[in-house]
Amino acid sequence: MAKLLMKGNEAIAEAAIRAGAKHYFAYPITPQNEVSEYLSRRMPEVGGCFLQMESEVAVINTLFGAAAAGIRAFTTSSSPGISLMSEGLSYITAANLPTVVVNMCRAGPGLGGILPSQGDYRQMTKGGGHGDYHLIVLAPASVQEAVELMMLAFDLADKYRNPVGILADGLIGQMMEPVDFDALPKPTVYDKSDWITDGAKNREPHLIRTLFLDPVPGEIENRKRAEKYRQIEKNETRYEIYNLENHPKLVIVAFGTIARVCKTAIDELKTMGIEVGLFRPISLYPFPYTELMQVGEKAQMLLSVEMSNGQLIDDVKMAMQGKKPIHFYGRQGGIVPAPDEIVEEAKKLFNVS
Amino acid sequence: MELIFKKPESLTDTITHYCPGCTHGVIHRIVAEVLDELGLRERAVGVAPVGCSVLAYNYFYCDFLEAAHGRAPAFATGLKRANPNLIVFTYQGDGDLASIGGNEILHAANRGEKFTTIFVNNAVYGMTGGQMAPTTLPGQVTTTTPFGRKVDDVGYPIRVAELLATLRTPSYIARTSVHNSEGIIATKKAMRKAFSYQKENVCFSLVEVLSTCPTNWGIPPKQAAEWVGEHMVPYYPLGEFKTPEKVH
Repeated sequence: MAKLLMKGNEAIAEAAIRAGAKHYFAYPITPQNEVSEYLSRRMPEVGGCFLQMESEVAVINTLFGAAAAGIRAFTTSSSPGISLMSEGLSYITAANLPTVVVNMCRAGPGLGGILPSQGDYRQMTKGGGHGDYHLIVLAPASVQEAVELMMLAFDLADKYRNPVGILADGLIGQMMEPVDFDALPKPTVYDKSDWITDGAKNREPHLIRTLFLDPVPGEIENRKRAEKYRQIEKNETRYEIYNLENHPKLVIVAFGTIARVCKTAIDELKTMGIEVGLFRPISLYPFPYTELMQVGEKAQMLLSVEMSNGQLIDDVKMAMQGKKPIHFYGRQGGIVPAPDEIVEEAKKLFNVS
Repeated sequence: MELIFKKPESLTDTITHYCPGCTHGVIHRIVAEVLDELGLRERAVGVAPVGCSVLAYNYFYCDFLEAAHGRAPAFATGLKRANPNLIVFTYQGDGDLASIGGNEILHAANRGEKFTTIFVNNAVYGMTGGQMAPTTLPGQVTTTTPFGRKVDDVGYPIRVAELLATLRTPSYIARTSVHNSEGIIATKKAMRKAFSYQKENVCFSLVEVLSTCPTNWGIPPKQAAEWVGEHMVPYYPLGEFKTPEKVH
C-alpha cells in the first residue's frame, strides 16, 4: 500500500488498531475528537469496541478493567481530561497494568484554550496523580512518528506492565501528513496468562489490587516498581540529534512540534553562518539525561525552547548539572513560536543583530 | 453420611475482618452460594469497592479486582466489554456507589452494561468511622451529623433502586434486606435472578441490600437488626422496582 495522507488524530487511531488495540473508551474534548469520530466508524469494521463514556474519570477506570482482562485498550484526551484521569493512572500503575493514553495537549491551566501547548510536560512526566510512579512518555514530532510511537507504546506498556503516555499537541492531531503503515513492525504478543482476571478455572484466583495496609509489603511493591523504572531508564531512552557535526556553540533542546520549528530555524541560521544544533528527546520519561549531557558538554550553552513556561528546562538543568548556561525561550496560551522568533533568540545569544 | 450443608466453594476459609453484627458476611455468603449454584465461579470476576468491603477479595474464591473509590462500574464495564464471557459483579457500599460513584453507576445502568451490582446500604460510611452517607436517614446521628441529618440542609437520603429504575434501558433492580431470615431468603432469590439475567446476557442487574452497622450506629447487633426493620425498611421499601420483562 502506498503512503496515505491522514490527519494526525486519525492516523493515531488507525495505528492503535494495527497495534492490536480493539477497545477504545473516550470522552469528547477538543482538539482530539477526530480520534473518537474515526473509531466510532472503524471499530465495528474490525470487530472492536468503541464506547463513549460519561467522563474521563470513567474512561480511565474502564481502561483498568480492560487491562485486567488482558486486552489492549486505549484512550485519547486533552489536558483537562488528563487531569481527571490522573487518579486512575496512579491506580493502573500501582496495579502494574498496561494501558495507553494519548494527550493532545492544549493550553492551560484551567479550561485554558484549545490551541497547541506543551504545558502538560510536568503532568505527564512527573506524575499528575498521587504516589511514586511514572508513565513512560513518548513525544512525536510528525504524524508518521506519532504512528510509530503509538505502536511502540502498546509494546512498552505490555512489556513493563506500566501505562504509556503519548504527549502530542493540537498540531500533531490536526495536521495532515503522509503516513506509511506498511513499514511498521508487527505488534509483539506478550503472555499475560499468569496475572489477568479471566476466570479462575483450573487455577488459583488472580487478584489485582493496590491497597497494602501493611507497610512492609507496601514498600516491597514500591521497590519492585522502582527497579522496573531503572530498567526502563536503562533500555527505553530515545532521542534525535540534528546539525551537531560542526560542533555548534549553541544546542537547542526541544521536543515534539516545536522541535520541527527549531529545525527550520537552525537551517536558516546556517545560511547566516551560525551553527546551532538540536537535541530532541523522544522519550520524555525516561529522559535522555546522559545523552544530553554528552551533547551539551561539547557546546558552550543550551537553549530550551518550549510551548510552556519553562518545564522541559528543569530536565535540561538536571542533565547538565550546572556545567553550562541554559537559556529559555517559550510561548504559552496556545501560541506556536515561528522560526523567525527562534532565529532572533539564537542571534541574541550569539550577540549578532 | 450425606453432606447437606457446607461452605460455598466460592468462599475462602479466611476469617473476615467485619465487626460483630455486621451483615457483610451474610451477603458475601449469599453471593457465593449463587455463584456456586449457577456454576459461575470459574467465570466470575468480582470488583471490590473502597469501603469496609475493600478486602472482599480475601473472602471470595474467584478472580478479583480492587477498584478506585466509586469507580467499580467503570472497571466492570471495561472488563465485561473486553471479555463478554466473564461473569462480572461489583460489590459496593453506599458511600462508594451513591456518593462518589453516583455518575459511574448511573451511566453503567443506563448503557445496560451486562454485569451485576451488589449495593450494600447501611446508611453510613463504615470504614472511615461513621460519617454521613447519601443514604443516612433523616435525623440519623453520625459523626458528621452530630445533631442528626437535617434534610433542609443536606437533602433527603437517595433511594438508589428507585432512581435507577426510572431509566428507560431494561434492567433488573431490586431492594432486599438481610436483617431477618425472611429478608435473607428474599435476598438470595433476588441475587439469583440478578446473576441469572447476566448469565443469559439479558441486562444490567442491581440488588440493593439493606445492611447493618452496629459499630458506627453505636448499638448492639440485635438492636441493629431491629433498627433496619423499624427505620430503614419504611424509608427504603423492599421489592423489585424493575424487571427486563416489564416495559416501562
